Amino acid sequence: MTALLAIEGLTKAYPGVVANDDVSFAIQTGEVHALLGENGAGKSTLVKMIYGLVKPDRGVMRLRGAPYAPAEPRAARAAGVAMVFQHFSLFEALNVAENIALGMENPPKPRDLAERIRKVSETYGLPLDPFRLVGDLSAGERQRVEIIRCLLQDPKLLIMDEPTSVLTPQEVEILFHTLRKLAAEGTAILYISHKLEEIRTLCDTATILRLGKKVATCTPRDVTAAHMAELMVGKSLSVPARDAHEPGAVLLKVEGLSVSAASPFGTSLRDVTLEVRAGEVLGIGGVAGNGQDELLSVLSGETPVAAGSVTLKGVALGALGPEARRGLGLLCAPEERLGHAAAPDMSLTENALLTGRGRKGLEARGFVDWSRTRGFAEAIIARFDVRTPGPGVAARALSGGNLQKFVIGREILQDPVVLVVNQPTWGVDASAAAAIRQALLDLAQGGAAVIVISQDLDELLEISDLFCALNEGRLSVPRPARGLGMEEIGLMLGGAHDMHEVAR
Amino acid sequence: MIRLEKRPQPSRFWVVGAPVLAVLLTMIAGGIMFAALGKNPVEAIRIIFWDPLFSERFAGFSRPQLLVKAGPLILIAIGLSLGFRAGIWNIGAEGQYIVGALFGAAFGLAFWPSEHPLIFPGMIAAGLLGGFLWAMIPALLRVYARTNEILVSLLLVYVAEALLASAATGWLRNPEGSGFPGSRNLARNPGTDNPELIAGTGMHWGVLAAFVAVIAAYVIFSRHILGYQIRLAGEAPRAARFAGVNAGRLVILCLGASGALAGAAGLFEVAGPAGRISIDFNVGYGFTAIIVAFLGRLNPIGILLAGLLMALTFIGGELAQLMLGIPAAAIQAFQGMLLFFLLALDVLANYRFRWKREVAA
Repeated sequence: MTALLAIEGLTKAYPGVVANDDVSFAIQTGEVHALLGENGAGKSTLVKMIYGLVKPDRGVMRLRGAPYAPAEPRAARAAGVAMVFQHFSLFEALNVAENIALGMENPPKPRDLAERIRKVSETYGLPLDPFRLVGDLSAGERQRVEIIRCLLQDPKLLIMDEPTSVLTPQEVEILFHTLRKLAAEGTAILYISHKLEEIRTLCDTATILRLGKKVATCTPRDVTAAHMAELMVGKSLSVPARDAHEPGAVLLKVEGLSVSAASPFGTSLRDVTLEVRAGEVLGIGGVAGNGQDELLSVLSGETPVAAGSVTLKGVALGALGPEARRGLGLLCAPEERLGHAAAPDMSLTENALLTGRGRKGLEARGFVDWSRTRGFAEAIIARFDVRTPGPGVAARALSGGNLQKFVIGREILQDPVVLVVNQPTWGVDASAAAAIRQALLDLAQGGAAVIVISQDLDELLEISDLFCALNEGRLSVPRPARGLGMEEIGLMLGGAHDMHEVAR
Repeated sequence: MIRLEKRPQPSRFWVVGAPVLAVLLTMIAGGIMFAALGKNPVEAIRIIFWDPLFSERFAGFSRPQLLVKAGPLILIAIGLSLGFRAGIWNIGAEGQYIVGALFGAAFGLAFWPSEHPLIFPGMIAAGLLGGFLWAMIPALLRVYARTNEILVSLLLVYVAEALLASAATGWLRNPEGSGFPGSRNLARNPGTDNPELIAGTGMHWGVLAAFVAVIAAYVIFSRHILGYQIRLAGEAPRAARFAGVNAGRLVILCLGASGALAGAAGLFEVAGPAGRISIDFNVGYGFTAIIVAFLGRLNPIGILLAGLLMALTFIGGELAQLMLGIPAAAIQAFQGMLLFFLLALDVLANYRFRWKREVAA
């Protein structure tokens, strides 16, 4: 039997890096095929070549035995290859049907299109109202728009790039149900992820990439997650560890905080109350866009609020700006590394000054002590194993993981009383992520309070003492993280939208 | 096919090399243009770049002109560069220049004909204040009413020109000028005069102030936290807010400082080279300074050199018109070429060229 898509010796090099080196594998009809690897392993480049966004330097692809070399995505779509990207390309101010029509070569009449959307969404258990505004949809629902957009083309191969990173556990179930149904009907699915358990439940075959090369093909059900992780990383990873401890006094307290959204599609914070104690890690879970950025900017001081609603060791600091809060010991690391936590075109030395200015005594009477600042940057680089030629390098020249280590390290080395981090390991490779988590645990061990806002539930369960969920700007009551099941967490995160319509 | 590739770090070599190459390319392209006009290209270029400074015949007159023209350009451009680096666009330096001159001249004329030694310092303070206040209009409107400072500051130039006309024909008119528009000549009174400090150099208090401004700006950008905050706000506004930079305060500070320096430039001009308030007192220094600021890459030392180069092409251009009969339009085209090459070659500092063959599909 001929494979649906056969890839032979695909190679693509960029200046300074070989993204894909002689990669060969095959996807069968009706198969759910996982493409597994760390960030930077070459997964994205590989699927971009399949989808016609990037041309390979060498190697051939065959679709059902015939040569296949799409010059552009349109050609790939015409050949029956569709792709759902990790980042959605939807217009918030348009409704679902209008968004789908925009991506079509010859869109049918709105009424007919809405009918087809309804039909497809019912067939595959993906409930969606064609006339709702995309701006009002949850991340899971937006993903459905993208999936339905693909399904309307009746694809033979559906590529999904990290589809579950924005979903609640219940929504993941719905998605898997749909994908299994599609596979049963003969559609092949190329599923990109680094979440091993997911792959074990869903996929028939897995191809594992490391540093651009294919290192293994396996049947995920037959091997352990740890084995796949080792293949992916090339070494075994240590799980962050720390000793048991008793939480200390309450350090940071937020009470009855409500902030209305700054933009029409932003999220308002509604009556948020939380407290963290010395030595404690509070994990805040939730799907992106549920108020995480807003919560961070309230804590960092970028959005000033009523003085009494945020207190640190009993000192009301809600009305203070970021620098004054740092002086008192409340430090933050935002999610967006380039442009928010760090200035892209400035050197690491200059970026060390960004938050270290007052707390590290890098400035005296308005004048910057550059040699001390460079020393501080060098200390961060050495202590957190930031891979860079030196502190004079611009922030944008660092890889995501290295810059993240720098940003987190910059705050940790300032000896915070309370540290708030948003998505600390987003887009960071597995070994750097482990190092960052360990550093956060060590900080809590040393008596600081740590708040970790993250979408990665496994990460939160691994490092948190207490877990709570942020859903549509509301924060749930925190519960001890130990022994908390995925089912309960899913419900705390707001469950799935329109669950009742799903056929099981 | 040529492809541009962003450098991880700006190239140090090309930061310095690009302007030199640009001047050379301008000489070649301009030479071709002058040759096409039937003029001797080598002679034309020598007259523009060399004669104003070194010819025995002209240098005596034109060499001082270099500093006289470069002084206000540099002083204004330094002020503008503070805001430009922070992403605050003061386009109305011309207006602040006029108002500064009006305030300073009005102060001096109020005590006419006193020769008290504090009058000239008072005029400088009044000039600074005038430019500062005029710049506060767009600054406060931006901070409190969220208006666009580009439009407000630019439109205020025309209001300032109207004020200038009313002063020249009305409230500052020379009472002994037999009804002609224009104020008394401030340069004729030792109390209000901004004199040439070293004979034959064109050096006056304003030029000295420009040099001081260059040094101050250099220190601010390289050593002071304010310069860091300005750059941070310009390069990554969100990171600046995260760092604790107060955006509104920065707007007021940058617009205020650039307005005050433009106002001082106006005062030094009206009390020295121009001598008096007249309807056509302003000749566009405020607008040319925007070019100077960008030509100097918003860097204080760069602005100093750019201001001198700009002044040189103005003086040399006039000389070439006079000596060779080159049309004014050709001189402007030549100056345009210089700007074009300088800005176009700027790309070399941040990008490198790659020759790339298309991959056979």
